[in-house]
Amino acid sequence: MNRDLTNILYLVTIVTFILALRYLSHPATARRGNQIGAAGMLVAIAVTFGQKGIDSYWEILVGMVVGGAFGAVAARRVKMTAMPQMVALFNGVGGGAAALVSLAEFHLRAPASGHLHRDISATIVLSALIGSVSFAGSMVAFAKLQELIGGRPIVYPGQQVVNALILLGCVSAGVAIVAGYEQQWLLAALLAGALVFGVLFVLPIGGADMPVVISLLNAFTGLAAAATGFELENNVLIVSGMLVGASGTLLTLMMGRAMNRSIANVLFGAFGRVTTGAAAAAAGTDGGTVRSASAEDVAVMLAYAKKVFIVPGYGMAVAQAQHDVRALADLLESRGVEVSYAIHPVAGRMPGHMNVLLAEANVPYTQLKEMDEANPEFSRTDVALVIGANDVVNPDARNNAGSPIYGMPILNVDNASAVVVLKRSMNPGFAGIDNPLFLNPKTVMLFGDAKDSVAHLTAGVKAL
Amino acid sequence: MSHGALLVFEITILVLAIFLGFELISRVPTLLHTPLMSGTNAIHGIVIVGAMLVAGLGHKDTLTTIVGLAAVVLASANVVGGFVVTDRMLEMFKPREREPEPDRDEQ
Repeated sequence: MNRDLTNILYLVTIVTFILALRYLSHPATARRGNQIGAAGMLVAIAVTFGQKGIDSYWEILVGMVVGGAFGAVAARRVKMTAMPQMVALFNGVGGGAAALVSLAEFHLRAPASGHLHRDISATIVLSALIGSVSFAGSMVAFAKLQELIGGRPIVYPGQQVVNALILLGCVSAGVAIVAGYEQQWLLAALLAGALVFGVLFVLPIGGADMPVVISLLNAFTGLAAAATGFELENNVLIVSGMLVGASGTLLTLMMGRAMNRSIANVLFGAFGRVTTGAAAAAAGTDGGTVRSASAEDVAVMLAYAKKVFIVPGYGMAVAQAQHDVRALADLLESRGVEVSYAIHPVAGRMPGHMNVLLAEANVPYTQLKEMDEANPEFSRTDVALVIGANDVVNPDARNNAGSPIYGMPILNVDNASAVVVLKRSMNPGFAGIDNPLFLNPKTVMLFGDAKDSVAHLTAGVKAL
Repeated sequence: MSHGALLVFEITILVLAIFLGFELISRVPTLLHTPLMSGTNAIHGIVIVGAMLVAGLGHKDTLTTIVGLAAVVLASANVVGGFVVTDRMLEMFKPREREPEPDRDEQ
């Protein structure tokens, strides 16, 4: 195929990707956008097959079938609660692919030193480095989310120094390659170092900070793909990679803002240290009274309310309670209660996670309210039903300058006339931070597994 | 085009793509952030084009072909998995059937 025609067709692909993102601005058009993007991807693959000089068709096809089958099966089987680890996994393989492409490209084009333009070797180094970090980091994130390894931060003395030294080594190797020392072993060493760095860099980051990490790794893979585009002088890779890079960067910043923490603090602050301080602080503030209620009492409160806000958190996802929550909401609505859901931006383990879980349970998206939309409505709310959420409703974030989460924007459930908290036990949540909401005179606690508690509430409302 | 001119051209495209990306993504409601992540995930699967090129153009160089094919396998998993899982999610987002609410386009 003629080179100009190839590039025109690649432009078609670029346009489809832009449309895919544009259509994501509304849930009604989002699915069509995704299908348009997929069609654009097919065009790019077909065009690449038609390029002059391409051989080993069969090998490539077999590779595609193997990889594609794995991807399709994994994507079909995954539960919506496991979406964060699935996204981490696909993100990792993308980064790995970018790193491998740059390795192969370097081998092909630099049989001896001095053959490469500086900018080509620089982008080869960049995509090898970023792609490998993204691959290894995503695999660790996957393992943490899948609970193959503990979700708690793994810290040891001198961790930052070790990480910094490894990164410095990788960067030095990269500089040497760009300076003209184009040795295969050096790029291989850089790749290996970057893999180790990727692992060590995600290990100390705790489960609650995963939304930030996954967004950041998403940006990394996009950047690695864009760098690959420079190596291969291919526009579709540059633009698509950079669109993803911009998306991941923006999401990372949004997640950081929603937690009121700088990205540097999330990445290098090791939440573990904050946790120890918080646990110590929590020990001193016991003494308020916690009021516990029966499911029947709460059912009465809900059934005779005018307006109920459901505030779901990761605990709802863990208990797989979203379908039961929907059943309860339906029942309340049939009694004339106005039910909406308030979703905090960092509820769950990735950006927007709660929305997907509730959509899976057939909750119409018109009932899902973002934080800014929900907060003014709490003062008109009779009951705020908090299901498995903790830090995102902690008033200390607003009032107590000594709290580790001080300054984080929260859902102001304490403005509602009454608050019901469904919680497994009085154990502090993941972050180990004391929550005065539980001691608030407006609050009653309903202890137990979220799924069971919600089922009891539904039975209670039905019995009225 | 000389190598230098091509590079400048590519950098121009890159910078425009950064601004376009920020513009597009800032319009996506938080409601759809998970599909956004998995959708952009699928898009960076475009690295499959690079993988096919190195695997296919690796003229008799076994190492390049093997590494390239490994990249093809990974990138295909990325592409197919990304689009399929995004489709699965977006299929679930439905407005209320009764009493349709006004458009939320203005957010």
